[in-house]
Amino acid sequence: MAPGPARLRGTAADHVASGALLLVALGLLAFLALPLLALLVQSLEDAQGRFAGLANFVAYAHSPALLQSLWNSLWVSVVVTAVAVPTAFVFAYALTRSRMPGKALLRGITLVPLLAPTLLAAISLIYWFGNQGVAKGLLAAFGIEQIYGAPGIVLAQIFAVFPHALMILVTALAASDARLYEAADAMGTTAPRKFLTITLPGAKYGLISASLVVFTLVITDFGIPKVIGGNFNVLATDVFKLVIGQQDFQRGAVVALLLLAPAVLTFAVDHLVQRRQTAMLSARAVPYRPRRAPVFDGLMLAYCVLVALLMLAILGMAVFASFAKFWPYDLSFSLRHYELGLVDAEVGEGFVNSLRMAAGTAVAGTALVFAGAYLTEKTPALGRLRGVVRLLAMLPMAVPGLVLGLGYIFFFNAPANPLHGLYHTMALLTLCTIVHFYTTGHLTAVTALKALDAEFEAVSASLKVPWWTTLRRVTLPICLPALLDIARYFFVNAMTTISAVVFLYSPQTKVASIAILNLDEAGEIGAAAACAVMIVAASSLATFVFWLLARLIERRTQAWKA
Amino acid sequence: MPVFLKLEGIRKEFGAFTALHGIDLQIEQGEFVCFLGPSGCGKTTLLRIVAGLEVQTAGRIEQGGRDISRLPPSERDYGIVFQSYALFPNLTVADNVAYGLVNRKVPRVQARARVEELLRLVGLPGSEGKYPAQLSGGQQQRIALARALATSPGLLLLDEPLSALDAIVRLHLRQEIRALQRKLGVTTIMVTHDQEEALSVADRIVVMNHGAIDQVGTPMAVYREPATPFVADFVGRVNTLAATAEPGGVRIGQAMFECAHERPAGTAVKLYLRPEDVLARPIAAGASNVFVATIEKIEFLGSYCLVRVAAPALGEARLTVYLSLNFLAEQTLDVGSQLPLRLLPERLRLFDA
Repeated sequence: MAPGPARLRGTAADHVASGALLLVALGLLAFLALPLLALLVQSLEDAQGRFAGLANFVAYAHSPALLQSLWNSLWVSVVVTAVAVPTAFVFAYALTRSRMPGKALLRGITLVPLLAPTLLAAISLIYWFGNQGVAKGLLAAFGIEQIYGAPGIVLAQIFAVFPHALMILVTALAASDARLYEAADAMGTTAPRKFLTITLPGAKYGLISASLVVFTLVITDFGIPKVIGGNFNVLATDVFKLVIGQQDFQRGAVVALLLLAPAVLTFAVDHLVQRRQTAMLSARAVPYRPRRAPVFDGLMLAYCVLVALLMLAILGMAVFASFAKFWPYDLSFSLRHYELGLVDAEVGEGFVNSLRMAAGTAVAGTALVFAGAYLTEKTPALGRLRGVVRLLAMLPMAVPGLVLGLGYIFFFNAPANPLHGLYHTMALLTLCTIVHFYTTGHLTAVTALKALDAEFEAVSASLKVPWWTTLRRVTLPICLPALLDIARYFFVNAMTTISAVVFLYSPQTKVASIAILNLDEAGEIGAAAACAVMIVAASSLATFVFWLLARLIERRTQAWKA
Repeated sequence: MPVFLKLEGIRKEFGAFTALHGIDLQIEQGEFVCFLGPSGCGKTTLLRIVAGLEVQTAGRIEQGGRDISRLPPSERDYGIVFQSYALFPNLTVADNVAYGLVNRKVPRVQARARVEELLRLVGLPGSEGKYPAQLSGGQQQRIALARALATSPGLLLLDEPLSALDAIVRLHLRQEIRALQRKLGVTTIMVTHDQEEALSVADRIVVMNHGAIDQVGTPMAVYREPATPFVADFVGRVNTLAATAEPGGVRIGQAMFECAHERPAGTAVKLYLRPEDVLARPIAAGASNVFVATIEKIEFLGSYCLVRVAAPALGEARLTVYLSLNFLAEQTLDVGSQLPLRLLPERLRLFDA
């Protein structure tokens, strides 16, 4: 018997799935892969568009000013990582291994930075320690001349990255097997030895992961050094100056590729680490339950309250200053900055744009992400195409927003591109934001889909029910909480993002986070603070609404969860 | 009975690994067949190929006279039940059972009547409005069975349907599945790694090992006349003794035993016999194959004990035999006691060493 091709005859349903997946793949190709390729090509060409090999890289290596930025970026990122990760580790340790009271509140406070644009911290620090800052003297006491520059960047970054590190470390510390500690106790092990031989090794991968994530966030962040960096140049601000200021696209591309390196490294290491971490904890592990220890719990509480107060001081100062009439001379309550910001500087329009973009990102992004995840995980769509989509879905994690935005300029601003019409439009800003935050949404969707019985589709096929019926009747209803989570994530990040969209807006499509930058540049720091506070308020409100929706769904679906 | 399902030269390769080496098998209309084998033997892969959930690398499948080798699952005719039940958690029992009916535009009233009938059939009448999570594992598997049977398929595929259940529920449900299958007369294939399960429900057992069929036969044939050492080992408990063929019998150590075989004298062979094929009583005077053994160890299993014995006749070899608790008590036997034993000549099976 001649061995036929190992494939079954395709049904109409298979063809629909393949067609839909092809659309997703083409979308990711056009809005992710090709812009990155354009960036790469740009870095290898001279100003006239001729192939120049590595000439741009060589020129970069011979530019002392740019090398200084590289050095600045590196050491600032290392310092932030060295401070933020241990600080977050102790906090995470307190949350998971002590019985201190108020855990939910303390954790909630430290997650607030996620709801704000990173530069909120920078603005706030200017009010605390800037030229007219209330605590300027404190800075001098530490021997620091001024907040502008490295000190400001480091402090603001610690605030901004803290929740990212904390979430990773809490997850790492929560995944512990109580039996290991019981075995150690049975053998009479001392507390420090238990910490060194059980706790630290158990959290090792979390620490590596958190360090890499923090390092990458700091080195690729644009908002903070722009606002509080002063004359202290870093890679992220260089890209902006080279591309927007000097129109030197080639060197801008080279610097962007330098920013891509740590992100890609983080991505690769994180991937390896996560694979090991899952293997470490068996399904039979018993979760660790901390015992009451008044002295330890008290110390932990004091520490966490201190950290939470510092974070509230940063957030609170921005809120306070935004309502102050004339800093620092007249601190009476006034809505002047909100009026100025909203009406005179047309931030109102920007704020509406932000909301439109966030809503668009939440709706279209969630639909796209779920479609991609569903088609790759659950349908018999083209096998090879599935691999391509999976790969493209993971790629955005390794691409800093600044790099993506720059790629968009090179790709969509090319007159020969049939998609050129999208340049400067709200649609492109939305698409760019979706792609920028695609991976986290994709992973959430894949996790939700993988939790479903793998045989639903097989059962449906045996009952001659097409996949879209099962998607509508079973898969979507069950995945609704995950969909809400993805939509919330997209919404909040679209409200606060700066790095990618800073290259793509036009006067008509300016968003609120960009408006803050412009206000700050114009010296209107009060209005900038007001605008940042409004973003926090909108993000918080959205988070609350999504939480309410999730509660509602949970109540409605309680019957079958039993 | 006419042949209903015909597999011809089914091969399956996963990269360099060959999961199935050219399987040929015919299943008759209305038969209950078990695919039995250890994990990784290819039994589930074969079932999934019949279902169209995996694609064979080569080979042909015919169902009811129709070539289905290249048909997608939705164009084949079968109902399937998985180990994980795969019930839709957000749908009620009634909606789960009617899932395939709704798609066939069966009128609502008729569908409701069919659901009611099926729920009665699987012993869960009145559970229409419940959700799967409100049912026990055994109940969920009955619903999955009802759902698979709702559209009256010609073939029922059961992929380790009982493996996730408690031992007692498992015993009950396997008899119910068997009774249901008899009643409906639906041709059924069940995959299992539990030999007792296969022996108790199947019309025929297909014993598989390393991607090939070792033996196809009735439960009795597979147990009493295993075709290969693997089958003898996998189905039931067995003693393995090294022996040498002699005219009219075999030699174990220094002792001769009577048994029927056709092997040249002097050939090294492996002798297989089950613990119950060693008789402790009654042994007629002058019977062959009798020897005196010493009890080394008694493992209490309830009404029966698994007894390990040594005997000068067997040399270094040890034999495990079943002895009833009553027998041990009557004869006041304990570790160290001696007793005569007889190997049943017709039950000794020889394989090449």
